[in-house]
Amino acid sequence: MAEWVYPLIAPFIVLNAILGIVTYVTLLERKFAARMQSRIGPYRVGPHGLLQPIADAIKLMMKEDVVPTAADRPVYILAPVVFLIPCMLIFATIPFAPGLGVADLNIGILFFLAVSAMEIVGLFMAGWGSNNKYALLSAMRAVNQVISYDLPFIFAALVPVLLAGSLRLSDIAAAQAGLWFVFYPVIGQLAFVAFIVSTVAAENRAPFDILEAESELVAGFRVEYSGMKFAIIQLGEYAHVIGASFLGALLFLGAWAGPGPEWMGPIWFLLKAMFVFLVVTWVRWSFVRIRVDQILALSWKALLPATLVLLVGTAVVVVWRTPGV
Amino acid sequence: MTTAASPSRVEIDYTGSERLTMNMGPQHPSAHGVFRAILTLEGEQVVGVDAVIGYLHRCHEKLAETLTYAQYPSIASKTDYVAAMTSEFAYVRAAEMIGKIEVPKRAQYLRVIAAELQRVASHLLWLGTWCLDMGGALGGGATIFLYCIRERELVLDLFESLVGARLLYGFYQVGGVRYDLPPGWPEKCRETVDLIDRRIDEYQRMLEENPFFLVRTQGVGVISRELAQEVGISGPLVRGSGVNFDLRRTDPYSSYEDFDFRVPVETGGDCYARYRVRMVEFRESLQIVRQALDRLPEGPVSSRPGLKSVAQVRIPKGEAYARVEGARGEVGCYLIADGSAKPYRMKWRGASFSNLAVLPHIIPGHKVADVVAIMGSVDPVFGEVDR
Repeated sequence: MAEWVYPLIAPFIVLNAILGIVTYVTLLERKFAARMQSRIGPYRVGPHGLLQPIADAIKLMMKEDVVPTAADRPVYILAPVVFLIPCMLIFATIPFAPGLGVADLNIGILFFLAVSAMEIVGLFMAGWGSNNKYALLSAMRAVNQVISYDLPFIFAALVPVLLAGSLRLSDIAAAQAGLWFVFYPVIGQLAFVAFIVSTVAAENRAPFDILEAESELVAGFRVEYSGMKFAIIQLGEYAHVIGASFLGALLFLGAWAGPGPEWMGPIWFLLKAMFVFLVVTWVRWSFVRIRVDQILALSWKALLPATLVLLVGTAVVVVWRTPGV
Repeated sequence: MTTAASPSRVEIDYTGSERLTMNMGPQHPSAHGVFRAILTLEGEQVVGVDAVIGYLHRCHEKLAETLTYAQYPSIASKTDYVAAMTSEFAYVRAAEMIGKIEVPKRAQYLRVIAAELQRVASHLLWLGTWCLDMGGALGGGATIFLYCIRERELVLDLFESLVGARLLYGFYQVGGVRYDLPPGWPEKCRETVDLIDRRIDEYQRMLEENPFFLVRTQGVGVISRELAQEVGISGPLVRGSGVNFDLRRTDPYSSYEDFDFRVPVETGGDCYARYRVRMVEFRESLQIVRQALDRLPEGPVSSRPGLKSVAQVRIPKGEAYARVEGARGEVGCYLIADGSAKPYRMKWRGASFSNLAVLPHIIPGHKVADVVAIMGSVDPVFGEVDR
């Protein structure tokens, strides 16, 4: 195979795999939520509702695409794409098995965190471009929230980096061959909890979903979107959650480590990512939403100092345990 | 800010930031019906609220003048469609007070059973929708909502086997009730009551051990005792503000004095206090139903003969005001009879209408998200507000 073929094929495969996963993760979430609420969930389209995501996608494609007269047209139309791109790019540095990924950068996690924070640009464009008061309020909340929660998110994600001593994601995964970081005494569990909380918040999932807050803001920044534009925003949002779930599985749950032959690695990784996703979903469907000022207070007064202390503590432990320093 | 003692509207001084006027309703996911609140916002802070009602006006009081005493109870249920039994109850009581019509003991007990089950059904819907307001249709609120709806269905099943209808009943009639209990109904009712009792424990644990629920409700939307009395709110709202007022206790009707129950009073005045009051009311209502089933006397269910024509019930000239304790508070019916088969004039005192009047006093100063929590804790039903 020529040298230039791999960089072309790999993103194509990963992109399509993500689209497939995202489509079916919506079904997984709906089934899971339905069980929590003593319902059955999608059941009519295909066996056990397995074709429901396809039907939803077709429905969204057939819908009329409305652009409000008062909208800022270029911003409004561009926003879903700007939102989707970072949500897809975060998968670029994730190695799905040793040597299997789009790009295994030596600053992989930095790339992930940086790109992941970029989704706010698309969010704000959508909120601003819609020229709708609900959307505008939602965009304001989005900026507040994402800035507040990206810091604890990053600090929590840096704990495994310190433990592994590398920013390269495949090194972090390999460092957990003996002991998954979630089982690292005290530090591992605390960091994992902090990571889950800040993931839920940074992904704007309930109970931190104040930007879509349909009981106050109807649907928040996407209130004016319909048809495929709406679908793209939904796709981006789910892709982002899945991306963060993969990151969580990689940082704390040992990535592809698991019993069985080596080719089982990616399957284990996927299962672990789905586990993280279901934890996030479980939180989502159990709590009532909290208020914007309470969310900010939680971040700046509790989560941020806690993760900072945790990070410093981890650094001390790492230095203490490393012989010859 | 004004003091709580004077019920003039709370105004917040202009702080210099840009103000935004936002419509909440009449079509909005968290409007309980068709209510329009015009909010003035400074960022997230609500600085003013204008409540607009009347979108569901259906000329109920005029309609009552055109319908006979036998016909109107079925229509009365449409004022407060979430607790339909209550409005029927108030109407027939007013007619009975004018006509000095005795109601047999068995009918009185059946009225109590229906009214208390209705209170349970209504509170279940309130709990579900309130959590839905706070938790979102795509979040934890939806989970509680679906649980509550599941239990409410059981109560509606009981009503269905009793009356044949699930939403609007026409169970109460001048002189008694329309139907006696079908065979097997008391056993089914006891089972349902026990089940709901257990499930309410479950919800209470689910909510009260949830810090997010507590921070959303505690200290939010405080109605002081003075404000509560001056504005004239009633029901769980006024009891949440430390006023011990329950018509079933202070002005017993329909043999309520026979039953042993507690009237919960909380002094907090916030959303959480109102929640606590309603959670105790759930249990007390179930307790009253149990007692009524235990002591249900034998006898006729109506003091009047069966109806052969709709104009058969005639009430002598006179006027009366009858009030019952509904799920949302005092439901009153003022009736003027002129001796014919139809009332001369009728006036509703809707509990939701009076309760809604407190909103402009307590909402300003809160965040947008609190508006829905407060609205939900007031529990308005717009059929009753607009009539």
